[in-house]
Amino acid sequence: MTRTVILILLLFACSAGRAQESNPQTENRIRQLEEKLRCLVCLNQTLADSNAELAGDLRKQVRDQVAAGRSDGEVVAFMVQRYGDFVLYEPPFKATTALLWLGPFLLLAAGAGFLIFAVRRRRNAPQEPALLPDEKRLVYRVLGPAPPGENPDGHRQ
Amino acid sequence: MKRFLVPLAVFALLVGFLAVGLTLNPREVPSPLVGKTAPAFDLPLLSQPDKRFVPADMRGKVWLLNVWASWCVSCRDEHPVLVDLSKKGVLPILGLNYKDKGDEAQRWLRQFGDPYQFSVVDADGRTGIDYGVYGVPETYLIDAEGVIRFKQIGPLTPAVLEQKLLPLAMALKK
Repeated sequence: MTRTVILILLLFACSAGRAQESNPQTENRIRQLEEKLRCLVCLNQTLADSNAELAGDLRKQVRDQVAAGRSDGEVVAFMVQRYGDFVLYEPPFKATTALLWLGPFLLLAAGAGFLIFAVRRRRNAPQEPALLPDEKRLVYRVLGPAPPGENPDGHRQ
Repeated sequence: MKRFLVPLAVFALLVGFLAVGLTLNPREVPSPLVGKTAPAFDLPLLSQPDKRFVPADMRGKVWLLNVWASWCVSCRDEHPVLVDLSKKGVLPILGLNYKDKGDEAQRWLRQFGDPYQFSVVDADGRTGIDYGVYGVPETYLIDAEGVIRFKQIGPLTPAVLEQKLLPLAMALKK
């Protein structure tokens, strides 16, 4: 019973929150912007996910600026100007981040190169010479009787 | 023997990277504002709300802007360092009272001492955002042209003061 009541109250709370939203397209834009930006207090959360007070303030900034008609690029630039590239979840590609972006591909290329090198070397390696009949007999003496189809003299039947 | 050299070198490189990584503080986000003009603001004073301050009033002086709040625990750790510094009188220290309540801020200053020439009130944290504040306390060293020269994230310690901030401030004063 109490559960139902709580559930109903929660539904009301949600709808109350929705009431002040503007059109869904703008909401979507705001949401996307908030997911692009990092909360600086909790580091591994986006602005959208974070409960930190600063994240709330910055969300308000995003909302106000979108409402004032600024473009996504302008909102992002506003944040970068104040908090640096770090505020972006996806770091921009530039000289200092080139290794970050290209590193995985470099590693992949290095791994592939090593693999090709190793396989080639193995393929070109000289074959082990076949056992001489004497050696073969010795092997069978130590390891047990010869398997069917092979005689102790080392000759195929 | 030779076949172990390559993995060993790779391993040593990795250890090197990890060792450097361990000494870095991930919470310290380098500020893009160092080397740029301190953002303008126009805020009321904490002690006299009818008076206002703009950073341009400090042109020609090398000064510290310290972001603080009475609810901030590390500000309390930092406070004696600021009080000491203000007694030496080498640099004017201004406070930016960040998202605080006026009466609580005033009580805090009475209780722990007031190292600030004055504090300005940033009640909604909007000026803080312009300064890229993300954790109080933060301190900015601003030169005579109004350019931010140094930013300390987190409490000022005597070591930071002696080794970085004061030498830089002295150089800027000349």
